[in-house]
Amino acid sequence: MRELIRDTRIDFMRHGRVALIISGTLVLLAIALFVVRGMSWGLDFTGGTMVEVGYPESVAIPEVRATLAAAGFDDAQAQHFGTSREVLIRIPPRGELDSADLSGQVLAALRGDNPDVEMRRVEFVGPQVGQELVEQGGLAMLYALIGIMIYVTLRFEWRLALGTIMALSHDALIVIGLFSLFQIEFDLSVLAAILAVIGYSVNDSVVVLDRIRENFRRMRKGTILDIVNASVNQTLSRTVVTSGTTLLAVLALLLLGGPVMNNFALALMIGVLVGTYSSIYVAGAGAVWLGLKREDMIPPKPKQEVDDTP
Amino acid sequence: MLNQYAWWKYLIIGLVLVTGLIYALPNLFGEDPAVQISPARATVTLDQAVYSRVMDRLSRAEIAPDTAVLENQQLLLRFADTDLQLRAADTLRAYLGRDYTVALNLAPATPTIMQRLGLAPMYLGLDLRGGVHFLMEVDMAAVVRQSEEAYVETLRGLLRDARIRTTVLERPDSGGVRVGLRDAGDLDAVRGLIDRHLSELEVDIGNQGQTLLLNMRDEDIAERRRFALQQNITTLRNRVNELGVAEPIIQQQGSDRIVVQLPGVQDTTRAKEILGATATLEFRLVDEDNDPFQAAQTGRTPLNSLLFFNREGQPWLLQRQIIITGDSITDASSGIDSQSGQPAVFITLDGTGSRRFEDVTGANIGRLLAVVFIETQTEIREVDGEMVRESFTTEEVINVATIRDRLSRRFMITGLGSSQEARDLALLLRAGALAAPITIIEERTVGPSAGQDNINQGFQAALIAFALVIIFMGLYYRMFGLVSDVALIGNMVLIIAALSMLQATLTLPGIAGIILTIGMAVDANVLIFERIREELKFGNSPQAAINTGFSKAFSTILDANVTTLIAAIVLFGFGTGPIKGFAVTLSIGIVTSMFSALMVTRGLVNLSYGGRRRLQTLPI
Repeated sequence: MRELIRDTRIDFMRHGRVALIISGTLVLLAIALFVVRGMSWGLDFTGGTMVEVGYPESVAIPEVRATLAAAGFDDAQAQHFGTSREVLIRIPPRGELDSADLSGQVLAALRGDNPDVEMRRVEFVGPQVGQELVEQGGLAMLYALIGIMIYVTLRFEWRLALGTIMALSHDALIVIGLFSLFQIEFDLSVLAAILAVIGYSVNDSVVVLDRIRENFRRMRKGTILDIVNASVNQTLSRTVVTSGTTLLAVLALLLLGGPVMNNFALALMIGVLVGTYSSIYVAGAGAVWLGLKREDMIPPKPKQEVDDTP
Repeated sequence: MLNQYAWWKYLIIGLVLVTGLIYALPNLFGEDPAVQISPARATVTLDQAVYSRVMDRLSRAEIAPDTAVLENQQLLLRFADTDLQLRAADTLRAYLGRDYTVALNLAPATPTIMQRLGLAPMYLGLDLRGGVHFLMEVDMAAVVRQSEEAYVETLRGLLRDARIRTTVLERPDSGGVRVGLRDAGDLDAVRGLIDRHLSELEVDIGNQGQTLLLNMRDEDIAERRRFALQQNITTLRNRVNELGVAEPIIQQQGSDRIVVQLPGVQDTTRAKEILGATATLEFRLVDEDNDPFQAAQTGRTPLNSLLFFNREGQPWLLQRQIIITGDSITDASSGIDSQSGQPAVFITLDGTGSRRFEDVTGANIGRLLAVVFIETQTEIREVDGEMVRESFTTEEVINVATIRDRLSRRFMITGLGSSQEARDLALLLRAGALAAPITIIEERTVGPSAGQDNINQGFQAALIAFALVIIFMGLYYRMFGLVSDVALIGNMVLIIAALSMLQATLTLPGIAGIILTIGMAVDANVLIFERIREELKFGNSPQAAINTGFSKAFSTILDANVTTLIAAIVLFGFGTGPIKGFAVTLSIGIVTSMFSALMVTRGLVNLSYGGRRRLQTLPI
């Protein structure tokens, strides 16, 4: 057997309280960042126009800016995208004109300067669409969490379900917080990545919970902390291996997927790392903190009273 | 104890994998840049003669297609590269004129025998093949407004015929139709008229029987909206056909939106102009009894006339009554008037329109007939921080001519600025008018080179991710790792097969979904293998360890995958375009990875180790 992790007996739960406090602080920080600093919302959410053009040779950004300013696009932002031959131009939403046609005017202006400019990508999002996407995105996350909560409650127990939801929200919020901290652009693909992270992280947490449930039935002795500890240790090897393979795949996407996929892959990367941690600490420790007891996990025998005090 | 599957389980696994392989196979052949030629109208045929002409013209331009297939009134020419394809398309567009549409296409290079069996490669999204995606919003307020304005005109006619005099007859800004009666005694007569002719309206009476407020019923409004949306979709479809696009998608989204996807279209400005404009014509008799210059100066127009201007700013007084509108036009083509040498539009009318046109022109020989060109463009303006949509209507007299003869079904109009204008007008008239103005509220265009980059980068990333995971598994779990590698390859084949079978759109986020699935797919195998290792450590025999390992891991795998599937389904339900693509591949990947981990891995393990009685150790 080749083993990265061999029969660990780490007392994860000894630091459970500390971990929960750290996680809680991080989540609060993330929320504070989101509220105070805000997100660098991408075009999908703010509306506006984005044009990606390709030049036959390297081009200096100030030249592009000058051409655009001369054509009346003083508010246009230009930056290299991927290579120095590709330029990404953003124009904030405008009200006064039919903005659907701005991209055509930008291209015409650039081609007036250099006829070989190639249109690579145009995105225009009207303000009303952006607003809807923000609402739908928030709702989607909420629905995903509710759906997972219901399933885990039916299959396990509500404290474990709540612990899982805590872990998932924790992962999503920390990704959002980091995107806010570094002001990395948050667009639709990043939102999709966060939902994928929720999916991945729930997978991770459920594996641990499943083992907790099993161990409650098998280990007649031992406190709840012992059982949770044993469960986390027993699944640790699997957690590390799966995170490892997923990170390998995501790394390939980050390095080779091209600039369009960059932020998406970055969000996944952060999410998988945080998700691995949260499935070890937040889900299990959360359930313990919520007052999980042995009786909750043993299937009630007929006519036996179930202790449902929290 | 032995681990063996019944023969039929192996059979099922084999069948699924072979079916998957067959469905995935067409993707190996890639796609050829192609030009697709089809008749622009039902009356035009595309036969062997056209085929010969096309081939002849291409050989003169020294462009050689790889293959040329004439099938079902469509000629498909495949080329070695996009450069040849673009040159061929330009040459043929100029040569064939507007009887045929010449569209750029990516034709699957699947062998014919596979095509016959209904096998097709995955459908690539616009971000991978290049093209335009528009989301358009139909101005539903305008639909209701137009209906109410039509009611005003109908009512005006009815009241005039019944000689009932009104103080007001208008559509107030708050909506509905307001009628003010000069004499309250006419109320019953008016109600009678409305009951007989406009019974679908709800009537409110106010101001001691002096005013009536008419409103459309909610279900009527809903019906008109539905109709307007449907009509707009039809019109857009016709216009897209005029643009010459292979495999366009025009679909309703929600209650007032339309998605238009045009693969391969590059010139988005022209596409927007053609799709978004609403143009129509009105034919009116000229009011020759009054002086238009005087009317233009004083701003007062005679009761039965309206003031228009032509392109040079010259005023014209035209009769309020419209003879026919653009709705009656069934065909329009552009050309040159052989007498004056001016660009002209040749128009054909439908039955009702031509009868009416014949009557009016016949009764008015020697008088002046005006053609009014009406174009509506929509703009979004910001008023007090709110986005407000405003329609701007340009109405101009484009032609005034003396009626020399009774005009009937086919005739010609001149007075347009250029041949291009004549062509555009003919196109718009042919394609029909939009029932309500539309606004583009979202556009996503990807150029062909960017699309190719996306495919290359996505494919490369997926390949490397795949290789990394396979190498890791082989090294870490040795023989069992190799078994899971086989299952992972089977999983990949099944994902591609499912995408090809469903003809789901593969987008760049979709490729990302596949990559994520590669990483996660091994999870099930990891869970099983770790369990087997644990069982071995407990001192169980290898065969018992295999059996317990698989069965104990099963419930975990199920729970973990179902919860991930919930997230994927929510993504799919909420998702627009790119997100949906991601959700689709993620969901498919979850299902196939469960099959491959539980069935394929188990099958292979049973096959290779399950039958050995004296198995001492496992290479895990």
